[in-house]
Amino acid sequence: MIFEHFPILIPLPLLLGAMIAAPLGVWKRDLAYPIALFATGLSLFFTVSGLIFVLNTGTHHYHLGSWAPPIGIEYVVDALAAFVAVIVVGAGFLVMIYSHRSLQRELPNKEVPFHSVSLLFLAGLSGMVVTGDLFNLYVFLEISSLSAYALVAVGEKRAPVAAFRYLLLGTIGASFYLLGLGYLYVVTGSLNMLDTAKIIPLLPEHGLVLVALTLMIVGIGLKMAMFPLHLWLPDAYTYAPSAGSAYLAPIATKVSAYVLIRILFTVFEPAFVRDEFSFTTVLAWLSAVGIIWASVMAIAQKDLKRMLAYSSVSQIGYIGLGIGLANPLGFIGAVLHIMNHAVMKATLFLVSGNIFYRLGFTDIPKFDDKLRKMMPFTSVAFVVAALSMIGIPPTAGFFSKWYLVLGSIDAGNWIFVFVIALSSLLNIVYFFRIIEKMYISKSKTPSESTVEETKMREVPVSMLIPTLIFAVAVIVLGLLNAVIVDSVIRLAMPKGL
Amino acid sequence: MTDFFIGHIAYYFVIALLIIGLWGMLFKKNLVKKLIGMNILQSSIIIFYVASASKYGATVPVIDPRLGAINPADYINPLPHTLMLTAIVVSVATTGVALALLIVIYKRYKTLNEDELLERMK
Repeated sequence: MIFEHFPILIPLPLLLGAMIAAPLGVWKRDLAYPIALFATGLSLFFTVSGLIFVLNTGTHHYHLGSWAPPIGIEYVVDALAAFVAVIVVGAGFLVMIYSHRSLQRELPNKEVPFHSVSLLFLAGLSGMVVTGDLFNLYVFLEISSLSAYALVAVGEKRAPVAAFRYLLLGTIGASFYLLGLGYLYVVTGSLNMLDTAKIIPLLPEHGLVLVALTLMIVGIGLKMAMFPLHLWLPDAYTYAPSAGSAYLAPIATKVSAYVLIRILFTVFEPAFVRDEFSFTTVLAWLSAVGIIWASVMAIAQKDLKRMLAYSSVSQIGYIGLGIGLANPLGFIGAVLHIMNHAVMKATLFLVSGNIFYRLGFTDIPKFDDKLRKMMPFTSVAFVVAALSMIGIPPTAGFFSKWYLVLGSIDAGNWIFVFVIALSSLLNIVYFFRIIEKMYISKSKTPSESTVEETKMREVPVSMLIPTLIFAVAVIVLGLLNAVIVDSVIRLAMPKGL
Repeated sequence: MTDFFIGHIAYYFVIALLIIGLWGMLFKKNLVKKLIGMNILQSSIIIFYVASASKYGATVPVIDPRLGAINPADYINPLPHTLMLTAIVVSVATTGVALALLIVIYKRYKTLNEDELLERMK
């Protein structure tokens, strides 16, 4: 039965689609988009049915080419992997629908390579999620990173410089991960995550394992834009084309956060990283500093995309904080925030893409109520996502923050509770100044704004629908959070947490 | 002590290369030099893996009828070499993307010096 093979069928259609879309797109340019959509749709079908399968029957192990692990490469899809895979491919699918018209405006004649590269990007990310092999993870990491550099580089004039900086730092991150993996391989003699996890507790001394873990955390931290290692992120998100940043922002850093969870809690035991050596404590404190610092930086920004980029750094901090708390409630908060932040940030970046599509700029000081009159649906989507970022119930953002607060109280750390509350206030500052401009401040030149200019001119339907789906998802996922936590995330809880 | 040093000389070499590579990437002003630094960094990791696979007095990992396949210490571990083949491909691809970016940057700004670049980007 073909369905047993679903773990490989998640990245495979995307990889094949990338290879087919490029040559066929050269022959007939209109073919690339349907092929890309079909490939992503196929992959989405397998991720969703895979999640249902895993929830019903438990963790699924798939041996590539029937080579048994630890010799062969193994794909392990447990509840956590299936859940993150649905987020990655689902968000990618919606952004792909969106990207068509946006690309025609921003990057005419470059749609074919862009679709092809974005398929590779999604293939790399979904592969990182399903793999159970540490070196295979490195290969998928590089596939997704290389395509991410390309997605950034095609943007506006300064984009190549931002992409080059991203490439250098991303390569340092990947190299550190590879070096750490080398140490781990030298000590354990295995590359399989579950096999390595069995060997590590048997080791007589921990010196090399600690070096390995530190190097891997720094490497993944660079990819994840963890607080002191986030320097590549603001430029990359700002100068990428709208569709590019809509791909990158919601899912790229989240998948790295997922890899961090895997390394800390699957390869190493929670008892090792939390009690014996306090890696998670360092992670939590760095994240807490990052949350506040990035929120303050976001307030200082004048460009919408740049502000959203800094807000991303701060939201990554929440995920890092949840992982760093290393208790069940913190873990639920972190995983829930991976999903919620993917949906909220996708909404916000699609909105900024919509604004750029109609107005041609994203400078916050130039916004006024003309924006709302021109694009009422986009504005509503923005408000919903902004409320969720601030954390107002019943939007999704409230619930992950709620779990993080509960986790901090559980850990007895009131400073983290204060940090979450303070950052919510800072979020209010930088989102409400935009909502204020959109809904309250009058156009500065009322005489010039004739009837035609204030007439409703929404973006094309294929761009509006994904934006609205994401915005509705922000509320629906918030209402359904108890179901998600009970039926998925509690199943994904690592042993010993 | 001397034995330990000589026995691990490959690893000191790796550390030296790693630091040279990182230093080049972070402190050199020319973007091409940064790229060269990146390549040195990646090479250092490739050498690290290959050095970790070697054993004194062992032979290539093809079964020798005189030795048999009983004692794994007779053969060099082939796995790190195969892993590094993949890593070399990745490194070539990264260098390719980086060079393509450098060409675009040079066409737009007519310079590859970081300071001049920041000046012209304003």
